[in-house]
Amino acid sequence: MAPVLEVSGLSTVFHTRTGTVRAVQDVSFSVEPGETMAVVGESGCGKTMMALSLMRLIPSPPGEITAGSVRVAGTDLLKLDEPTMRDMRGSQIAMIFQEPMTALNPLLTVGKQIAEMVTLHEKVSGRAAKERAVEMLHHVKIPEPRRRAGEYPHQMSGGMRQRAMIAMALACKPKVLIADEPTTALDVTIQAQVLDLIDDLRQELGTAVVLITHDLGVVAEVADRMIVMYAGRKVEEGTVAELFAHPRHPYLQGLLNSVPRVGQPKRLQEIAGTVPPLSNLPPGCAFAPRCPSAVAQCRDAIPPLDEKRPGHRAACWVT
Amino acid sequence: MLSYLLRRLGLMVLTLFGVSIAIFLLLRIVPGNIADILFDSAGMIDPAEKQKIVAELGLDQPLVVQYAQWVNGLLHGDLGYSYVSEKPVLDEVLPRIPITARLAALAIMFAVCTGVPIGVISAVRQNSGIDYGLRVFSLAALSLPSFWLGLLVLMAFVNWAGLLPIYDKAPQTWGMAILMYGVPAATVGLRSSALIMRLTRSSMLEVMRMDYIRTARSKGLSEPAVTFIHALRNALLPVITTIGIETAFLFGGLVVTETVFNIPGVARFLVEAIRWRDYPMVQNLVMFIATVVVIVNLIVDLTYAFVDPRIRLGS
Ligand SMILES: Nc1ncnc2c1ncn2[C@@H]1O[C@H](COP(=O)(O)OP(=O)(O)OP(=O)(O)O)[C@@H](O)[C@H]1O
Ligand SMILES: [Mg+2]
Repeated sequence: MAPVLEVSGLSTVFHTRTGTVRAVQDVSFSVEPGETMAVVGESGCGKTMMALSLMRLIPSPPGEITAGSVRVAGTDLLKLDEPTMRDMRGSQIAMIFQEPMTALNPLLTVGKQIAEMVTLHEKVSGRAAKERAVEMLHHVKIPEPRRRAGEYPHQMSGGMRQRAMIAMALACKPKVLIADEPTTALDVTIQAQVLDLIDDLRQELGTAVVLITHDLGVVAEVADRMIVMYAGRKVEEGTVAELFAHPRHPYLQGLLNSVPRVGQPKRLQEIAGTVPPLSNLPPGCAFAPRCPSAVAQCRDAIPPLDEKRPGHRAACWVT
Repeated sequence: MLSYLLRRLGLMVLTLFGVSIAIFLLLRIVPGNIADILFDSAGMIDPAEKQKIVAELGLDQPLVVQYAQWVNGLLHGDLGYSYVSEKPVLDEVLPRIPITARLAALAIMFAVCTGVPIGVISAVRQNSGIDYGLRVFSLAALSLPSFWLGLLVLMAFVNWAGLLPIYDKAPQTWGMAILMYGVPAATVGLRSSALIMRLTRSSMLEVMRMDYIRTARSKGLSEPAVTFIHALRNALLPVITTIGIETAFLFGGLVVTETVFNIPGVARFLVEAIRWRDYPMVQNLVMFIATVVVIVNLIVDLTYAFVDPRIRLGS
């Protein structure tokens, strides 16, 4: 199947007083319809900035997308004028955010906020849009959707709000859904429900899902393929099964070692050190200062993204 | 909601009670009473005569008794007589209220209708030339004392431009009426306008950083729709509160402006009454103004609750 989302060579920087912050560097990947692609990486690795770049929602200034292309069903979003891009947001590519508590407008009812999405992209009456909002709330398994549509965000629990966000994002059946840590702020039981919900809707609507998370448990459960990001770069890519079984980049190995697994008595290991500041990256591999197996070459030159096994690419000089 | 309203009403009564004590005591602390002033200015010298006036007005009674008499009358709708004109206070005040009310309402309207849009423009064009210009202008407007501003405006309109007749006769045409009411109203409202502008600006800037604004953009809304549908309503919440507080300050500006523009309203009359130590007049006028301020603040709070569902429905 042809990919519905093709990102290639995407680079985003922030021009700040202390220098240029390279939040996203030369990131490429593609997602097919109905596929779930996970993006993993520690905090500050540029996952959210990458997602916002896809939506062209990088605050500018100081942010700027400096290179690359983002093709949704063949159309390069980065080449569109602003009005056309606005038409694409929500209808072709939609996003749900990490914080369901603050991502909805506190002064508007949930139903109204969903209906707004519908009237914006489809020629329907206000009443029909409201009906659709109720329908969508029903779709995301919110009980008593008609009553809930008339409620304000503060009257709902976190899980309920995130469902409402999902209902809103999917109201116009976008081809691509970006979910930026959709469950991080939720209770564990609610997390599973929300993930199941996204997965069900993906199957039903054939939406391509880009799932950003730093929870490898979530990745194992719902994603087909994954990319690993470190300091703004993609450092490893492949199917989830392959990467979990044969992680090549020491960073992914470190991440996997820090996840508790059933039947694995080994002690958990955190990766020592922190992500370097994106405004002041080392000349070689950005992970080299933290890497247990780094050699001289790692500090001098950035490793290319090589195919290590069929369909499995990693950027590492050593492994 | 009902218990909230009852609590607010109780608080209102307490506030007014406090105001009544404060104004009563303040007036007694100011040196001299009507008898002293009459004797100083009119040159009367007979101490027995003076004693008679003091006794007649009850000014020789203990303060507690005087206070009790006043409040008792107030509660029964009896505001007493002016020491100066010897007419009922109510008859003196009533005809002046509409004049001041119109001026105050126009001033607030002016403040909101200019302050909010200018604040929004300033926020949307943050750090542009327009933004800097507007911020400097608003700071200047905040720092100008209203008597100085009043005199400047009067000079500009009456003397140089010749647009306004001196404020000594009623306006003849509609255009003239708008000018004659509008100019003083703008003079009074300028300070509030500048304050509202600065508040709207900072509040807008804060709201524009909120997650739900990013959500609104991610839906494909245009920038004006994001600004007006999602940001402005949220940004106006603190502004609503300020409008309530500003009404209290407004009366200060009204006193000066009514004097400068020779407008026969309540505020100017109050100054006059204070000069004569016309206790019934001053006390009752202050109570009236306090009641207005308290009621406006109640309305403002109810409006706030109406706009913000988190308060209306409890969170
Ligand atoms: N407005 C900005 N100005 C300068 N730098 C910024 C700005 N916004 C983000 N950044 C930088 O971009 C980098 C990437 O941030 P991003 O939010 O994408 O990380 P993330 O991977 O999503 O992390 P998390 O898991 O915490 O959400 C950060 O290191 C941050 O310093
Ligand atoms: Mg993030």
